[in-house]
This record gives sequence, structure tokens and C-alpha cells, in this order.
Amino acid sequence: MQTALAFGELIIFVVLMAVGYVVGRIAEARHYASIKTRERLLQRLTVFTSRFPPTVSQSFDASLVTGCTVVSQDYFKSVAAALYSIFGGRVRSYESLLDRARRESVLRMKHSAMRRGASMIINVKFQAVAIPGRGIGAVEILAYGTALRPLGAGASAGVGADADTGAAGRDGAGPASRARPA
Amino acid sequence: MILTNIELIPGKRVVRHLGLVQGSTVRAKNVGRDILASLKNIVGGELKGYTELLNEAREEATSRMVRQAEAAGANAILNVRFSTSSITQGAAELFAYGTAVVVE
Repeated sequence: MQTALAFGELIIFVVLMAVGYVVGRIAEARHYASIKTRERLLQRLTVFTSRFPPTVSQSFDASLVTGCTVVSQDYFKSVAAALYSIFGGRVRSYESLLDRARRESVLRMKHSAMRRGASMIINVKFQAVAIPGRGIGAVEILAYGTALRPLGAGASAGVGADADTGAAGRDGAGPASRARPA
Repeated sequence: MILTNIELIPGKRVVRHLGLVQGSTVRAKNVGRDILASLKNIVGGELKGYTELLNEAREEATSRMVRQAEAAGANAILNVRFSTSSITQGAAELFAYGTAVVVE
């Protein structure tokens, strides 16, 4: 009786491992393919980690954009990670998981910046938080930054005109003023 | 209300600083989502329910911060930061803070 139960558990374990491995791999491959195509599409929207835009003399409309993804590991990966934690070393299965989540978050952030007509995102920050739960190993990856929409010719009427005249003679207001003498 | 996570708004001058404003919310995930998530945990991948939940919660925290800034008479919040902490199993606090300012 007991051996039958133990055998049953073993079968469940093996099935979960197999399902996790196969489905997880397929999903990962598909996700990477989608990430790569979208990254190519959004390539023109540049992302900077610097706090100031490279062209300070231009005036911009600024807004906060965020992108967030929650991912969980599959059964195979969690078992593999548990094994790794005995011997130490690189946990490749988690590396790819976090890489995917981070790139996905950046893409989501870029999408929302694109919708606002931004040309770049500056001061991008990342944050990762583990979400605990019964039998759940998930991590949230957040990316956020300031999306800048260039103002001036071609920009939308009211706001653009207003901010343009207001900013004309004094874009040295911030610490990132032009190096060029007035 | 203009929100940025840098210390200035390019092309605009800060007229007055009004100090720290903050907004937070604590959210618990519901059991249904938890069960779905634990099933999803077998095959891995994105937990869309959680992504949605945290996005909603972050918006809520941000809007609370914005309300506080409006009450102080600000029209922009600079240097906005987010922080998430899981305080107990199944609940997380989302926190947004920044500096309320008046810009021209």
C-alpha cells in the first residue's frame, strides 16, 4: 500500500517535471521570439539611465512611465534551482527567467511611452521584488522612467506652444544647463 | 499634474518646493488568483493576474500621492520613486513618493 503511494507520488513528480520542462521551454522560446521582434520595432525609442536628456537645449513634455511584469518559474526550474542551491554556482534557469521579465518590463514601459508620443525615456530604474505565497515562487520586475516628448514644430497645439515660449530663454534653469557660454 | 523621476522638468522652471508627498496601498491577492498562480507555477511564465493586481495597486498609490500633492497646491511631482515590500504572505505594500513642486 505504502509503496504504491510512494510510487504514485514519484509518478506525479516526474510528470510535473516533464510538463514543466517541455511547456516551460516552448513558452520561453516563444516569449524570446516575441521580445526580439518587439525590441526591433521599438528600437527608435531610446532608453537612457542618465538623469538628463542628451539634448538639454530642447524643451520636452515629461511624464512618468512604468512597465511591470510578474513571472514565475516552472516546476522543472524550481527543482533545478533547489539542486543548484546545494552545490552553488550559476542558476541558469533563473537567469533566463529574470532576463525575460526585465526585457518584457522595458518593452511595456516603452509601449506606454510610445503611446504618449515620446522620443526617449531617461533615468530608467529597475526594481525586483519576490512575491511569496504557498507554493508560488514569483518575482515582480518593475521598470520606470521619465518619458520625454519633444515640444516645438509638429507638437500638439496648446501645451506645446505654451511651454515653448515659457522655456525659450531659460533652459539653464536646471543643473544640466548648456556648457556653452551665453 | 506632471510626474517625473528626475529632479527637473526639462524646459520648465521650478517656482516653489512643497516637500515630500507620498501614497501607499496594501493589497492582498485573492485565493482564486492564488490557486491559478500555483497551477501556472508548474509551467512557468507570466502571472498575468498578479501583474494586473500590482499595476492597479501602483496606480492607486500614485493617485493617492497625486491627491496629496494637489491638496498642497502643487502642479508637478519630481523625483518620483516606487517601492514594493511584501509584508506578509499574500500581501504587499506599494508605495510611491516624490517631491511636490510648483512649476511655471
